[in-house]
Amino acid sequence: MIALFIFILHFWPWVAPNTIHLAIMMFLFAVMGQGWNILGGYAGQASFGHTIFFGTGAYISTVLYIRFGISPWIGILAATLGGIILGIFIGALSFRYGLKGPFFALIMLAFAEIFHMVSLGWGAIGGAEGILIPLAGNAPLKMQFLEKKAFYFIALWMVVGSVYLVWRLERTKTGLYFLACREDHDAAEALGVNTFKAQLIAMALSAGITAMAGTVYAQYLLYIDPNSVFGLLNSVEIMIRPIIGGAGTVLGPLLGSLILTPLAEYSRLILQSYSGVYLMWYGLILVVVIIFLPNGLMGLFKSLHDRYHRRGQ
Amino acid sequence: MDFTFVVQSLLNGLLIGGVYSLVAIGLTVIFGVMKIINFAHGALMMLGMYATYWIATLLQLNVYVAIVFVLPLLFLVGVLFQRFLISPIMNAPEHNQLFLTLGVMLFLQNMAVFLWTPDFRVLKTSYANINYYIGDISISLVHVLAFLMALLFSGLLYIILHKTDLGRAIRAASEEPVGAKLMGINIKRIYWITFGIGSACAGVAGTAITPFFPIYPYVGDIFVLTAYVVVVLGGMGSVFGAFVGGLIIGMADSIGAMILPGSMKSVLSFVIFIMILLFRPTGLFGRQNA
Repeated sequence: MIALFIFILHFWPWVAPNTIHLAIMMFLFAVMGQGWNILGGYAGQASFGHTIFFGTGAYISTVLYIRFGISPWIGILAATLGGIILGIFIGALSFRYGLKGPFFALIMLAFAEIFHMVSLGWGAIGGAEGILIPLAGNAPLKMQFLEKKAFYFIALWMVVGSVYLVWRLERTKTGLYFLACREDHDAAEALGVNTFKAQLIAMALSAGITAMAGTVYAQYLLYIDPNSVFGLLNSVEIMIRPIIGGAGTVLGPLLGSLILTPLAEYSRLILQSYSGVYLMWYGLILVVVIIFLPNGLMGLFKSLHDRYHRRGQ
Repeated sequence: MDFTFVVQSLLNGLLIGGVYSLVAIGLTVIFGVMKIINFAHGALMMLGMYATYWIATLLQLNVYVAIVFVLPLLFLVGVLFQRFLISPIMNAPEHNQLFLTLGVMLFLQNMAVFLWTPDFRVLKTSYANINYYIGDISISLVHVLAFLMALLFSGLLYIILHKTDLGRAIRAASEEPVGAKLMGINIKRIYWITFGIGSACAGVAGTAITPFFPIYPYVGDIFVLTAYVVVVLGGMGSVFGAFVGGLIIGMADSIGAMILPGSMKSVLSFVIFIMILLFRPTGLFGRQNA
């Protein structure tokens, strides 16, 4: 049934061609949300600077392409690897010293801010003006396509891949270690779980996926700049979807993106001069969800489902 | 880079550092008592700035008189914030509290965009350009006033915390919430008041910088990011630490501005921040067991 659903999704560009941009953004943010979810939802380390991996991915592939003519298809591998290395570096530092909760949130924020400032000031990678990727027409080898459909399929399969990965992860020992770290760090340690290693794996996976999405984002929009890829706002965009949808659930990030991305895109279209207003809705939704649905929408579905079944007995 | 220039930068850093201190004290009081990092703190400061701006322009009052309104207003906002938003989730996992304050930040900032447009506003006063000179070093009157205000309110708060019954109750609630409760302290009320005090600090800091700083919805971000650095440097929850930390970071920022290109001037303070988080999470003045 899931296979059928994915198959049907392939027809979206033909059924609703006007919404294809929306669908691409929705999927890309679902992928990044899934990346955040592995670390923030499963391993219990909420990152407030996840855009650092997204931006790093976007910059690595773009700089490789612009400066050295290396195809973004190779660039995306380099970006993913770069994201993983950066993730392991920050993770090793933070988890070695036992940072968690608000302290981890702050250190991620600080790292992201440093990258933000350095990219603003570093002329060789475009400085504050960012980098414009020159149009190459229909050049599949350079990850540029005349039709948006191609990006739709890439984004769709990234969603499928990341959801599958997390679904599998939930059923492995490593996935259970993540949960153990989240639920009770000290108890997990006492029971012999290598929490340092488990969190590091979560960080690496999380960072890699987010960086990969960064490359596709850069190739799709053909323009990146420090404020949009390293800014605090983008960290919020990445983390808010899994939180609303349900952190620590397989489908939470996708569900969150399904709701928030259209809200953001349409508010931006309708209220052009007040383009920040959609963030007001974000804030409101976030507050309401945290107070009334602490486990997100998936948590709501689960409790409704449980209640229905209990009544049936 | 001559000597006068260095002294001038350090002085400017010190004066603005006082404002960082006050913002950071607000954060650290809230963290000390409730163990919450308030991401909306910058937005509260922004509210304080807009409130000052409107009082000064609409009522034609002196900026520094506006404090009489801004202080209780922000105190009230803080109390309501705690009462209706944070109280219900006090026992939720701690990252939920972070998300909630983040949500409030997004809401307040963009409400300001909606209500007052994203444009920069500048409050014009007759005394904004008054400078005093000692040798070649110039001292701006409004900077000195901001510094003195920060000093005054930090001192006041220190006295409240250490010399009054309310302050003792707040400190008790911060150190031993259960014990404090058993001693008959109304913890919930202490939490309201603490949050009120914290946001009043942000509001007063907002008023202090209004005469020389542009007012716009995202203005709080600059100060609050620095304030996190200060809070961590001074030791989470330590008022004295936050005060000294603010002055240090103010000067570190101006040293950063001398040796690093414009957009990277704060890199230095963020590097200090990360080092402290990793190697000395209790800060320079924090208790070891905190």
